[in-house]
Amino acid sequence: MRYAMVIDTLKCVGCSDCVVACQTENDVPVGYCRDWITETVNGAYPSIELELKSERCNHCDNAPCVRCCPTGASHQLDNGIVLVTGDECIGCGACIESCPYDARYQHPDGYVDKCTFCHHRLEKGQLPACVSVCPTKCMYFGDLDNPNSEVSQLLKNRKYKTLAPEAGTKPQVYYLI
Amino acid sequence: MTTSRRKFIKISALGLGGVAATTSALNMFGANSYLDTLVKENVAKTFKRTPTYCEVCFWKCAAWTYTDEEGAIKKIIGNENDPHCYGRLCPRGTGGVGMYNDDDRLKTPLIRTTVNGEQTFREASWEEALDLIALKFKNIKETYGPEAFALIKHGAPGAHLEHLFKAYGSDTIAEPAYAQCRGPRETGFALTFGSWVGSPEPTDIRDTKCLVLIGSHIGENMHNSQVQEMSDAIDNGATIITVDPRFSTAASKSKFWLPIKPATDIALMLAWMNVLIEEDIYDKEYIAKYANGFNELKEHVSQFTPEWAYGITGIKPNEIRETARTMANAAPSVIIHPGRHVVWYGDDSQRARTMAMLNALLGSWGRRGGFYFKESIKVPKFPHPPYHHPKWGWKEIGEKYPLAQMGITTEVLKAAIPSEDNKYPVKAMMVAGTNITKSIPNKKLLEEAIEALEFMVVIDTMPMDVTGYADVVLPECTYLERYDGIRSATNREPSIAVRVPAVEPKYDSKPVWWMAKQIGERLGLGEYFNYNDFKEVIDWQLKQMGSSLEEMEKIGVKNFTRKSGPLYINEDETYVFPTISGKIELYSQELKDLGFDAMPNYTKHPEPPQGFYRLNYGRAPMHTFSRTANNPNLNDLKKENDLWVNPKVARILGIKTGQAVWLRNQDDVISSFSIKVRVTERVRWDSVYMVHGFGHKEKRLTRAFGKGINDTELISKVAIDPIMGGTGMRGNFVEIITKNPHKNIEI
Repeated sequence: MRYAMVIDTLKCVGCSDCVVACQTENDVPVGYCRDWITETVNGAYPSIELELKSERCNHCDNAPCVRCCPTGASHQLDNGIVLVTGDECIGCGACIESCPYDARYQHPDGYVDKCTFCHHRLEKGQLPACVSVCPTKCMYFGDLDNPNSEVSQLLKNRKYKTLAPEAGTKPQVYYLI
Repeated sequence: MTTSRRKFIKISALGLGGVAATTSALNMFGANSYLDTLVKENVAKTFKRTPTYCEVCFWKCAAWTYTDEEGAIKKIIGNENDPHCYGRLCPRGTGGVGMYNDDDRLKTPLIRTTVNGEQTFREASWEEALDLIALKFKNIKETYGPEAFALIKHGAPGAHLEHLFKAYGSDTIAEPAYAQCRGPRETGFALTFGSWVGSPEPTDIRDTKCLVLIGSHIGENMHNSQVQEMSDAIDNGATIITVDPRFSTAASKSKFWLPIKPATDIALMLAWMNVLIEEDIYDKEYIAKYANGFNELKEHVSQFTPEWAYGITGIKPNEIRETARTMANAAPSVIIHPGRHVVWYGDDSQRARTMAMLNALLGSWGRRGGFYFKESIKVPKFPHPPYHHPKWGWKEIGEKYPLAQMGITTEVLKAAIPSEDNKYPVKAMMVAGTNITKSIPNKKLLEEAIEALEFMVVIDTMPMDVTGYADVVLPECTYLERYDGIRSATNREPSIAVRVPAVEPKYDSKPVWWMAKQIGERLGLGEYFNYNDFKEVIDWQLKQMGSSLEEMEKIGVKNFTRKSGPLYINEDETYVFPTISGKIELYSQELKDLGFDAMPNYTKHPEPPQGFYRLNYGRAPMHTFSRTANNPNLNDLKKENDLWVNPKVARILGIKTGQAVWLRNQDDVISSFSIKVRVTERVRWDSVYMVHGFGHKEKRLTRAFGKGINDTELISKVAIDPIMGGTGMRGNFVEIITKNPHKNIEI
């Protein structure tokens, strides 16, 4: 089992529904977020390219946040999901610094927080909140170890990229391009 | 001149403190068992869910409100059986919780009063506020007749108030959704096909092969099911053609983006028709069978070659030909989308007609992948005595515009300004669910009209700018706290949805059905409100339709089978269009008889003088007009609008991204606040762009106050559509000011 997310940039309109859905699902305080939208514009009028995409923790195979955590609060499950145990976190911020994706923030209650791939929903057989609400259905979630899963098939058949591959983190959020 | 009686009041402190802060994040760690199969399911076992339909915009998506054991609203999730949302809300629907949680909400009724010579509001009881309103209703009726009391409305509350006003004897009713938004396209399409486009638009985007967007920015406007279907169409390999001077989100998803010179769309479409006819690639069978006036059209467009259009639109002739051929190849599974906010240059119903005629040439109306025949189910009327017949109403007020099919808000406002030749004097006004300071152009007209009114009531959930002009403000509870009318939707299949309160109304807010009934009873109109609770009405109606409130509380949405016939034209039969002739009117005798062009022509519109830029405006996906700017969740996503400026312009003016600037328009109107520059290649050098709905002047909107510019205040020049009274708003030009023009001036 290796959970991964695949996001189709050809369909994303950058509406931020994933951001609000995450906030309400995970009680993320207003003013903070576990996922966000980026917009990249290239070219000059009238030959322009625009890429919109939803970003979050990449649940990296080689996660620097887990390696640098002095208390073990940041840890990785067998299925690849990277989590923070709130009551073991001392809020030192080393993980925030180590993350090349700026995916972590300090929760007002003191601990470090980030995307969990909504693993509490996965337990109930539900998709992550962001995936389940996306009006463009541009987000896919599943098991990369299963070659027949939707995510495996998409990565097999479509062109894709990951963010900051040069950081060597082996990110597990893939972007179809 | 006497001192202004209706000076804008920045609402003074109200009772009641804030709400409890959000609970801290849940820690659900430790568990390691995961299911292999992910089942799409929305039910969270420990939460209670209550059906509703969304009121954050007009799309009215059906949803479930989830409340926890303490009865607190946790989240709102789309109803899977709803054809408006297919189980997925947009950010505004998901963020609807913020509308409920917003601390800045109106909390009690307010009455205008004077303290030490200063006008202010004081808190009032419902009893006092409603008594005062009822007294004014009586006085207006006795002195001027009931017609003099006007209603300006939007959204679900409007229906309850419309009922009150009609029972009282007034049909002086209008909504900005018509003449300030989609009116022209309804007229243009009705003239051509005999039926309105309506909402949601019956565009078969899901099955289309080619979607043509002319200034319509699906994806930035989150018209939910359309956004979803556009995404499906992308998956299915459909071609998208976007005509827009701005590189919109939709443009970025398009195979063809035509960066048209603003205000020249009709020229492009005339050239497209020219190509379709000259190259003989229009739907000949469809046109022969269903259309009137083809020969006249052929003759008419023969002069409008792509080469002619190039000089006007800036779109190269080969691009015009290639896109026309692409449409023809996809036909009849092609959609020239009618758009939504289409009040641009004053010839808007003619532009809408051009779009309709293109659809006709492509044979897409009533065809799979084009436009389907929508159907809805009629909700039976709850019994009440017949309405009175007013001596005049919205129709008479708008009589100058022969094809106006709904009240024209700007004309109703003009009717409030006393003059000798004003036959229809409006003396009092109720405004509900619409912040007309941001939906009505020409602020001078608005303020003059409001100043002349004898009485004004505003109903809203928030202290919107418009509440500052009211004599009485009534706090409406949000859609999550009330029952409302049944949502009967027109779609591929009819469906209904109910709105059931998930929680009790916060503060001292009330549902509008209750306000209407209270006012009605005070006016001796109790028999029009023959129920104690509006849910009795819903239950009665549902039972007539073979359901019940009990059933609907469990399912939220009920879908019905079609009864009006097939979704598309049955090719073995001859469809009769609901026009006068029974055919598509390519040549409109009706327009000719009224003195208008029977077939559309391109008219040159004014262009920005040197140093000025055309002010274009649009939508952001996380906001609805001005109503969501203060919503804590949605404000968090976008706090203010920014001014899109082409890098060439930015270089000339020496302005940079993030820099605060002010705008002055051609009539010397200066923006109240500043706006941050966003230098981007996505906008043309002759125009600037901003998202509509910001620049709130009401200080009690603590998050939205003073953030960004209100585009509407810079729209002082209005090009009125002579056919239906629409207010064209895209002909205003602004210059960019880098020094604060308000320095030392209190605003």
